[in-house]
This record gives sequence, structure tokens and C-alpha cells, in this order.
Amino acid sequence: MQQTALYNAHLASNAKMVPFANWQMPINYGSQIKEHEAVRNDCGMFDVSHMAITDISGAQAKEFLRYLLSNDIEKLEKFGFGKALYSAMLTPGAGVIDDLIVYYTEFGYRLVTNAGTYEKDMKWLDAVSPNFKVTKTMRPDLSIIAVQGPNAIAKVSVLKPDLAQGLNALKPFTALVINDWFYARTGYTGENGLEIMLPGERAEQFWNELLDVGVTPCGLAARDTLRLEAGMNLYGHDMNETTNPMECNMDWVVDLSDSLRYFIGRDEYVQYKTNGARYIQVGLILEGKGVLREGQIVYDMDNNEIGIITSGTFSPTLKVSIAMARIKPIAQQQAYVDIRGSLEPVRLVKLPFVRNGKQVCGISK
Amino acid sequence: MYSDDFKFVDTHEWVKVDSDNVVLVGITHHAQELLGDLVYVELPKVGSHIKAHDVIGVVESVKAASDLYSPIDGEVIQVNNEVTADPTLANTDPHAKGWLIKVKLADVSQLDNLMSADEYKALIGH
Repeated sequence: MQQTALYNAHLASNAKMVPFANWQMPINYGSQIKEHEAVRNDCGMFDVSHMAITDISGAQAKEFLRYLLSNDIEKLEKFGFGKALYSAMLTPGAGVIDDLIVYYTEFGYRLVTNAGTYEKDMKWLDAVSPNFKVTKTMRPDLSIIAVQGPNAIAKVSVLKPDLAQGLNALKPFTALVINDWFYARTGYTGENGLEIMLPGERAEQFWNELLDVGVTPCGLAARDTLRLEAGMNLYGHDMNETTNPMECNMDWVVDLSDSLRYFIGRDEYVQYKTNGARYIQVGLILEGKGVLREGQIVYDMDNNEIGIITSGTFSPTLKVSIAMARIKPIAQQQAYVDIRGSLEPVRLVKLPFVRNGKQVCGISK
Repeated sequence: MYSDDFKFVDTHEWVKVDSDNVVLVGITHHAQELLGDLVYVELPKVGSHIKAHDVIGVVESVKAASDLYSPIDGEVIQVNNEVTADPTLANTDPHAKGWLIKVKLADVSQLDNLMSADEYKALIGH
């Protein structure tokens, strides 16, 4: 079991540590709901150093990534160094191998991929890269701290006064790169904030400085409710290698605009899209009793099974249970979910549920 | 935390004598700690007859659902509507204000077979 550079800092903040993707990670520091609320209303921080950073350089780095990724990194250059892009890596059959963020940098490109998919991702990169002149450099020497919430940039600016102007000017999906420190305006919460990559040996000190300016440490449990409210996918739950991007709201990260660009999975994706999606991803709001959970079956008004919940929880912001589900397209806005043998009514909504602290989907109750 | 006037079962419910043959039932501090922030509690109906080891309800936190098992045989004579309205009561005060149901025992001697506080503490490694 691996530990991040912040392991001792978590223990010092009374974290409950759990195994996650072969890492010892904090699940909460007491109350996941209080942590969730801190991110929605003020500022919280997450240790996400378990995620994998891989730098890609070399003469054919761009060609390699244009072939490997569903989204087209070609469009990054016009924004300059630090620009980020959300993308998928697809199987030849157009299933999602992983979702990731790729940054355009002075040294080439930086990929940030999931912890749970680390080994298969690396195997996939190794399988595809020999045809290209590229160098892959894993960066286990770096830590990642996500500082998220309406006051996130203000709090980091207090600690980095020289960078305040630059941080406040950062547009979404861009990064400020200062030597070994990488400040990206990205996140997984639906709030404003930064994901900061920094040298591991500096991580504990910076974490403690953030604590000192009142940033709330938040665990994986709060991270999950925040991302679910924000309608963001969790790999291995909302999508996997059998899920087409059309089935998990990821069609916007498949870029077909350059008809001459062949990328892995393109043909199968186009075929699926042409035939029309068999399944779509929707948001569910529970109108009956209980809590929606992954694996529960969704039925239409005529009692036909139409799909399955891929992520479900109680929403601390909306105070009702919410879920993401993969279902056959239906005309109605109502459906039922089997919660331990009882069919409970749910309402279908467009994702996300919450953005920037506010509910963005209607609640009828 | 686990005082001697309580009895326990290995499914992490507690029983406390309220009066004569009437007991209160709840989930233990250890159970609420494992579950985390509670958001939903479903309890048996008043008047229903319950049996030891039967699933009689559910306790759900943000992260997980956990069945509620009856520790004893008897008739439910009251449910704690405050805890169904605000399940976090079972987090903040699991052994008092967070009680779940009041039960008229079918057989008072059944209590003798339940775990003592010391036995329960040994079970959960305290």
C-alpha cells in the first residue's frame, strides 16, 4: 500500500485513512458533509497525489497524443503553454480506457490520469508509443493538492502574494507554471479552484500553510459527493471500457473536426454515433424514500427495465438523493428505481445538479 | 461510551431497559462511526412484531446503506420520529437522543443472552 507525501499531515488532522487504488488515502476528517459544505461555501483542499502524472516529450509527442486521445490537442497551441484539455483514451472499440487532463507545456505535454487505472494506462501507453519518437516520464516526485471553493484562489493568493495577479487572471482550464510548481485552474467539484502540482518534499509544508489560512482538509468521500452534484464522471463507475462516450456524456470530448486525424476508437465511435445511442446518461432526483445507489435498476412508467444507476448518493447541497444513470432514451421525465424491492419515483434531469454553489437543475418538491 | 446498563449484539445494535419489559433499541457509537454522516433511517411500523436477527429497517449514510437488525423478539410500541426527521441524531447522540425504536419484550430473559458492554468493546477492539 502506497502513501502520499501528505500521509503524516492527514494523520495530524485526524483523517480516517482507507485503502483506495493501492494507496492509503483520507476518506474524511470527521464529517464528509461539513467538508462538502466547506468547498461549496468557502474553501477545501484534497490530496490527490495518488493520481498519475506522466510527461510526454520528444519530436512526435504531438502526433502520438493526437493518435492516442479522443480530443484533439491541436487546439491547445493557439492558447499557449499551460492550456489544458479534458479527454478520453478509447479502446479500438471506442470504450473508455480512462478520462484524463492533458496540459500543453514548455517541455511537451503533461497527462494526469486516474489512480485506479494506473497499471492498464501505462500498459496502453507502452503499447501505443513505440511507433512514435516520444519519451514518457512518470512524475511520482510530484504531489497534487486540489484547493477548491469560491475562496480558493484568494486563499492561495494570500500564501503566494507574488502570484496573486497571475492566479486571479487564470482562465478555466489554464495553468500558471512557476518552475516546479504548476497551478491549474481545474477541479472535480463544480467550484472555482486550483489543482496544484508541486514537488513532493514541499507538499506537507504547503498543506500546513493552507490549513493556517483556514482551508478545510477534505477526504475522498466529500470529493465523491461534490463531483456527483457537479455531474462529473467517476471512472470505473459511470464509464469503463464497455461504455461508448455517447453513453456517458463524453461525446463532447471526442473531436471529429479534423477529418484527416485518425485516433484510436474513431471508426467505432462514428459508427455508434451514426446508428444512434442505445443508452444515454441522465441525472436522477429521488422523489420517493431512501437513497439512490450504484447498481440499482431503473424502470420506465410501464415497468420496463431501462437502465442502471452508475453513481448515487445523498446530495448535501440539495438535501435529496441524486444519481447518475445510464438508461435507454425515453420521452418521459419520470421513472422508477428499485430501492431494496420498493419502486420509488425519480425525476430525470439534465446534468449537472450543482455549479458554483447553486442548484442548476429544477427540483419539483 | 459503552456503559453497563446497555446490552449489545454483534450487528452493532444496542438495547437498554426503559421500564419493566420495555426496551429502547438503537445503533452503537461504533456503527455510526463506521457509517459516517447519516441521511436516511427507515424503521418498522408501530404495532409490528419483530424477531431477533430479522432485518427491521435500514440506516443509510451518505456513503452506504446498512440493514438494521432486531436484537430481540417483541412488539414495536414507539418509533423515534425525531431521528427519522433528522438522522444525524444517531451520529451525535447514538446511545440516547438517537434511539430508534421502543419495544415491548416477548421474553425478558432474552436480554441475558446479549453481550455486555465489556464483551462488545472486546468485539470492536476497544
